[in-house]
Amino acid sequence: MIGFAARRAASAVFVLFAISVLVFLIFFATPGVDPAARIAGRNASPETLAQVRAQFGLDEPLPVRYALMMKSLFWTQDLTSYVNRGTEVIPQVLQAVPVTLSLVLGAAVLWMVLGIVMGTLAAAWRGTAVDPVIVLLGVVGVSMPVYWLGEVVNLITQSRLHDSVFSWVPPLGYVPITESVGQWALHLLFPWLTLSVLYAGIYARVLRAELLGAMGEDYVRTARAKGVSERRILVKHALRCSLIPVVSLFGLDLGALVGGAALLTEVVFGLPGVGRLTFNALQNVDLPVIMGCVMYAAFFVVLANALVDLVYAVLDPRVRHA
Amino acid sequence: MPEPLLEVEDLRVTFRSRGGAVPAVAGLSFTLHAGEVLGIVGESGSGKSVSMMSLLGLIRNTNCLVEGTARFQGRDLVSMRDGELRALRGKDVAMVFQDPMTSLTPVYTVGWHIAEQIRAHEPVSKAVARRRAITLLEEVGIPDPARRVDDYPHQFSGGMRQRAVIAMALANNPTLLIADEPTTALDVTTQAQILDLLQRLQRDHGSAIVMITHDMGVVSQVADRVLVMYAGRAVEEGPRAEVFRRPSHPYTWGLLGSVPRVGAERQRRLPTIPGSPVSADAVPPGCPFQPRCRYRHDRCAQRPPLEGPGDHVDACWLPQDQRPELRARVDAVAVAAGDPERGAVR
Repeated sequence: MIGFAARRAASAVFVLFAISVLVFLIFFATPGVDPAARIAGRNASPETLAQVRAQFGLDEPLPVRYALMMKSLFWTQDLTSYVNRGTEVIPQVLQAVPVTLSLVLGAAVLWMVLGIVMGTLAAAWRGTAVDPVIVLLGVVGVSMPVYWLGEVVNLITQSRLHDSVFSWVPPLGYVPITESVGQWALHLLFPWLTLSVLYAGIYARVLRAELLGAMGEDYVRTARAKGVSERRILVKHALRCSLIPVVSLFGLDLGALVGGAALLTEVVFGLPGVGRLTFNALQNVDLPVIMGCVMYAAFFVVLANALVDLVYAVLDPRVRHA
Repeated sequence: MPEPLLEVEDLRVTFRSRGGAVPAVAGLSFTLHAGEVLGIVGESGSGKSVSMMSLLGLIRNTNCLVEGTARFQGRDLVSMRDGELRALRGKDVAMVFQDPMTSLTPVYTVGWHIAEQIRAHEPVSKAVARRRAITLLEEVGIPDPARRVDDYPHQFSGGMRQRAVIAMALANNPTLLIADEPTTALDVTTQAQILDLLQRLQRDHGSAIVMITHDMGVVSQVADRVLVMYAGRAVEEGPRAEVFRRPSHPYTWGLLGSVPRVGAERQRRLPTIPGSPVSADAVPPGCPFQPRCRYRHDRCAQRPPLEGPGDHVDACWLPQDQRPELRARVDAVAVAAGDPERGAVR
């Protein structure tokens, strides 16, 4: 198990390195893209351009520039924005990370619980009215885009019913968990619900299909022949095996969301997370910030996948011994 | 005569389908005494597995209807509630299935499976169940059982898995073991070992065994009595020696005739039974075997009853005294039919 973890960590480091090189090349070595011209502003004289190049180290060969970039990103951590001169990138990202993590992890817990409960109930009550109702609820959840659902939720909780039922809902925004746990949770409650509705629907459907497949497996028949109760068969045998593909799906979704895919939710609910930071940086073509955000996102995607592989190995002995 | 262990009477298993009711088992009756080994033989789809699984309530299809009676130790299995049946499954009646590769849940250790079986029916601690699992694994011939008990199914070979499955089935000392083609998915050497194991365990534990198979060789090796099924019905039943020495139903003749003989001169193609097995939804009225039978005559339009001299019974209208001669003719015809291939076979 430890050997497995070590191997997995080594390959994660390699993937991160490869991503950093790739992103660097895309933004800094693409023909026609000149960061110096962007920094120096419009109609800058050739002298100014040369000065800017020298100042930012842009006149060095590519490998040196890559090394410098990585050094200021990871070692000295003083990478500064090209657009807002003097603003350091790392603190911006570090400030945005807890917001996104709070949003995504909370929603993830919700959607996993909801998805597993709904999927299991639907499979257990197959052939009754419960199954199609749950499946329908799942479809409704999947069909509602986050930006629409979020706006509707805001409309109801912040405006229409704010004076009566939802008077306890705080205004949009984010309160750090270190400041007040209660306010943190209260501010994130509706973002969590909104984000998890979509994923709960998907996960319930995936799990239901997996479970129905598993219930037809030979090992379920064996368990039944042993005189094991139906509930135990469903939970201990079928659900346990069906969770394996769900976990791999979860890893992909979690990595992407933490890496910035929760952008729409962050924007709708006014949460200053990584998604919003990336979005703004892309609009301004603020290369260092983009670089920082992409590296951060890649780190979480890779980390999430490594974690999933570990969980996978715990769940499935066949992977562990491979 | 002691009371039989299992007495099945007129068992009918019907599946409702879009095309109407499909009878998979159509009036099966047999008796099994304690400690006896009954071999049920038949082609795929003849209702062997379905009949046994229906007795234990293992067919969860809601379109399946089970009728008739099956008294096990005096209690009727067919009318039993699911909870009672569950208490019986794995404790008094255990079942071993065909494919050991898929019959264990892949994410749990072999020992866990056996412990689950024990603890499903006995309130013992996990440690006790584990110790018993090790003993059982040793009994079925797994080397180094104290270590292998923590192995996962995928770390076992096919034969070892089937041994583990058998160990699990025997964990609660069942009075009846149903083995559904337990050797079909294994290679020949392993098959022989598993059959030896089953016979030894049967002697040691005294369980009765219903051995479902399509392999006449398996039956001849282990069974005390043989039941030949065709199209969801018994067509012949009797003591093993009788059925093998004096088979009385034309279908059994065909089955036995199609077994290659080791040591015999190889001079012809293996005889086959002409035609193909009837589908359960298209069983002809009267004798179900008549479309494939060389000796079909007018009476075959009526369903023959299962009867005969002594405890060797069959469902055929042919006169008993002419059967040996007719059987010899079947073999001769089969040889003749194989003739054109002679050159090719040699």
